[in-house]
Amino acid sequence: MVNAAEFEPWSDPDAVPLIRFQNVTKRFGEFTAIDDLTIDIYEQEFFALLGPSGCGKTTLMRMLAGFEAPTSGTITLGGEDMANRPANKRPVNMMFQSYALFPHLTVRDNIAFGLKREGRDAAFIAARVDEMLKLTRLERFGARKPHQISGGQRQRVALARSLAKAPKLLLLDEPLGALDKKLRQDTQFELMEIQETTGTTFVIVTHDQEEAMTVASRVAVMNEGRIEQVDTPDRIYELPNSTYVADFIGEINLFPGTARRTDPPAPPDGTAPAAAKSESQPPANEAAGWLVSRLSPIFGEGADGKSGAPDGPALLPRPDGLEIDWAEGADPIVVSNATEGLDGGAVTFAIRPEKIAVSADRPDLPNAFQGKVIDIAYLGNVSTYHVELPTGQIVKAQTANTRRISARAFTWDDTVWIGWTDTAGVVLLR
Amino acid sequence: MRRLLIAIPYLWLLALFLVPFLIVLKISLSDTALAIPPYTPTIDLSEGWASFRAFLTGLDFENFVWLTEDDLYWKAYLSSLWIAASSTAITLVVGYPIAYAMARSPDEWRATLLMLVILPFWTSFLIRVYAWMGILAQEGLLNQLLLWTGIISEPLTILNTNTAVYIGIVYTYLPFMILPIYAALERMDDSLIEAATDLGCSRMSAFWLVTIPLSKNGIIAGCFLVFIPVIGEFVIPSLLGGSGTLMIGKVLWEEFFNNRDWPVASAVAVILLLILIVPIILFQRNEQRAREMDE
Amino acid sequence: MKRFTWFNATSLTLGFAFLYLPMVILVIYSFNASKLVTVWAGFSTRWYGELMQNEAFLDAAWVTIKVAVMSSTIATVLGTMAAYLLVRAGRFTGRTLFTGMIYAPLVMPEVITGLSLLLLFIGIGLDRGVLTIVLAHTTFSMCYVSVVVSSRLTSFDRSLEEAALDLGCTPFQAFRLVTLPIIAPAVISGWLLAFTLSLDDLVIASFTSGPAATTLPIKIFSAVRLGVSPEINALSTLMIAVVTVGVIIASLVSKRAAVARARDDAAAARA
Repeated sequence: MVNAAEFEPWSDPDAVPLIRFQNVTKRFGEFTAIDDLTIDIYEQEFFALLGPSGCGKTTLMRMLAGFEAPTSGTITLGGEDMANRPANKRPVNMMFQSYALFPHLTVRDNIAFGLKREGRDAAFIAARVDEMLKLTRLERFGARKPHQISGGQRQRVALARSLAKAPKLLLLDEPLGALDKKLRQDTQFELMEIQETTGTTFVIVTHDQEEAMTVASRVAVMNEGRIEQVDTPDRIYELPNSTYVADFIGEINLFPGTARRTDPPAPPDGTAPAAAKSESQPPANEAAGWLVSRLSPIFGEGADGKSGAPDGPALLPRPDGLEIDWAEGADPIVVSNATEGLDGGAVTFAIRPEKIAVSADRPDLPNAFQGKVIDIAYLGNVSTYHVELPTGQIVKAQTANTRRISARAFTWDDTVWIGWTDTAGVVLLR
Repeated sequence: MRRLLIAIPYLWLLALFLVPFLIVLKISLSDTALAIPPYTPTIDLSEGWASFRAFLTGLDFENFVWLTEDDLYWKAYLSSLWIAASSTAITLVVGYPIAYAMARSPDEWRATLLMLVILPFWTSFLIRVYAWMGILAQEGLLNQLLLWTGIISEPLTILNTNTAVYIGIVYTYLPFMILPIYAALERMDDSLIEAATDLGCSRMSAFWLVTIPLSKNGIIAGCFLVFIPVIGEFVIPSLLGGSGTLMIGKVLWEEFFNNRDWPVASAVAVILLLILIVPIILFQRNEQRAREMDE
Repeated sequence: MKRFTWFNATSLTLGFAFLYLPMVILVIYSFNASKLVTVWAGFSTRWYGELMQNEAFLDAAWVTIKVAVMSSTIATVLGTMAAYLLVRAGRFTGRTLFTGMIYAPLVMPEVITGLSLLLLFIGIGLDRGVLTIVLAHTTFSMCYVSVVVSSRLTSFDRSLEEAALDLGCTPFQAFRLVTLPIIAPAVISGWLLAFTLSLDDLVIASFTSGPAATTLPIKIFSAVRLGVSPEINALSTLMIAVVTVGVIIASLVSKRAAVARARDDAAAARA
């Protein structure tokens, strides 16, 4: 994964983006595929567009390649407006989902295709094709036709072909979708390596969140033509800004409820530093302060109709402790990493299964609930317990299988305790 | 049960396809005679083996020698081949844009367009050829139109010339050209054209470098589907062609019905088949290759 | 999301105008009052009336239909059997020859097929008439039927037949109860193809018919050799009308079947 300290142009205000979408809208008749979208992508990024099918991610990519024109808004590439540049004149190449390898040409001729259109001389083309074949480890297959090689090899030919012209920007449309799981994982690392060696900017479209998380320096989660969140994979996972993102990426437990401020916050042992840490805005993990800056503008709209936020955000010196009432008769969820001014507002508490501990006795944690194991999904390295609370809510809790399965502590219908710290989850406003 | 199932269609084809063809072969080696049937020798089964030996010695290649000596025949063969080849080329030029446009039509239109191309197949061939007689005649609609617009001042003679034959062939065989090309183009993945554009092709060069090579099998199939039957065509040259139109199908017909020279007609048929074997084998090979490409 | 470009729209318009205008003109001129076929003298159905009075044409039409029904029915039975052999029978003696005999008539020039059959009928002393035309038409159209049916059989899941055998069917029952209903559309289109081929055929019928039996195409051919005639225009119009109505009905039926199937699929998906 890209080290945040080394490569983070998006947090540098002076950095000039390679690609800039400004208020781009794309309509197909009545249907709005892209809705007033603005986004910057920087040089050498490995940028992932993630979303379910029909969310507009492919349209976005095809507009970059020049196969679709935006209905309104501008797309600039390296500072130049792309509006009147046809696809064949753009310094952009695309790797197609179907690979689109020319079946009548050999692997070599497929890779050389774009170079020949540039009118390069034969010696240059031959050298460049050899280089590409080597990069993608296809040296032995140059003379074959596409139907004479395996799916994984075809994928690499498609990659080599789109890289041969050394484009400023490479677009990858579901590049690994046709490969089986094992091959896909290997290829993900290959892609990252190639991206690093060539220094090309990659924009990848995928519906596979694991793939996006693995390869990308930043991920944009899309939904119905809009971008829900753009962030590094770890932040997308740990600090989703909406229930949509939280639910789309990985597994999550959601507790819709009402926030109630507790004054003063009463963090139990071991969790106090979390609140203090938040003031220095650390980059990762359960960074409460960061969340404050992210959520404040959102909160502005969210509170208007709901609660009116009586205290006003500015009055609070630091993130406050919250209790969330989520079900009749159940203990509230205690949170200490939420933003200010949530008092009385409708919120959703979200927590990942692996942040929830399962134990036989009541754990010494600010949040502890008793429930019954109704299902266990054994996945080899981890097990997911489905625990039904007395309220009827089913909570997923994940534990690493560090011991052999025969030594497992719980089984079906056991009564267990689940618990988590006051900083383990996030409070979401939408 | 299985034997019977095999035997019925097998015997039918043996008796009504293979045996008749062997008879043609045999008669092509016989001599013309003023008798019924009008050729010798014939086999008289009642006389047995001796008759068969006499029969064999009676056969010779005289008719084939005759075909090479009279230039009517080899000119007719050459002319048939030439007319078939050039009309195939014209049909390709006319048919390709139609097939291309059909394959690139909106999905909801394609079934209708396909039906419109197939519909003429179900209409009588004879009537489709006949329809042009009224259009191409000296006082026909085409000449009336051209005179009215002032393009010409004298009516053109089109009917009963080779031009009319070409028009008739292109018209009646056009669907045979369109359908295989359409099938090839329709199967083509659109992203291939996008990939070519993405790699720097203009629309024109993407067409020449990708679309044409990928529809090659359809083009070849379409060309053979026109070329092969046109060589032996009879109806079009006899209705639209003139006395100067030499096509071997017409020659065979006249040899048989007008001159009653059965041995020569048979020899003409045998040579015609030999000529056709080459394109038929090439066609089969193309189909085979296309199938392998699919797999 | 395909749209018509001006180029594609133009080539389609010109192409279909070329394919259909001659027939449209033919139909229009069949209602011409004048005997001179190229001069329009007002609307009239006179030639249809005269056609109905023309005994020779009516007789020929009757012979043609008889021949077409008989030959297409026999050809469908034989062609389906042949297709079944080609696709399912595996190896048998003379299979290559058999395959060759199925495909050869498709590319054989009609003049040769006609000539060879005529020589056979003369050789065995069979009088030329309806029977000989039926035999001739059956022979070449069974090959077309077998090509149509075998392409359907090839794409047909063989395990359906095996399931029927597994459930206790004899091979014949398996064919009748499972295979035949599934390939029925192909068999029907094979029959229709054979029927139209027989209706259309001029060359082979000319060789194999005798004075006792003349088919409509032979009649038309001898009439139009002398030039365009308004009666033939009327006859052509009737034939075009029959084909058009037939094709429209067929496409409506198959469209309705497709719609019903799509509805069933949707219902099944909801359930």
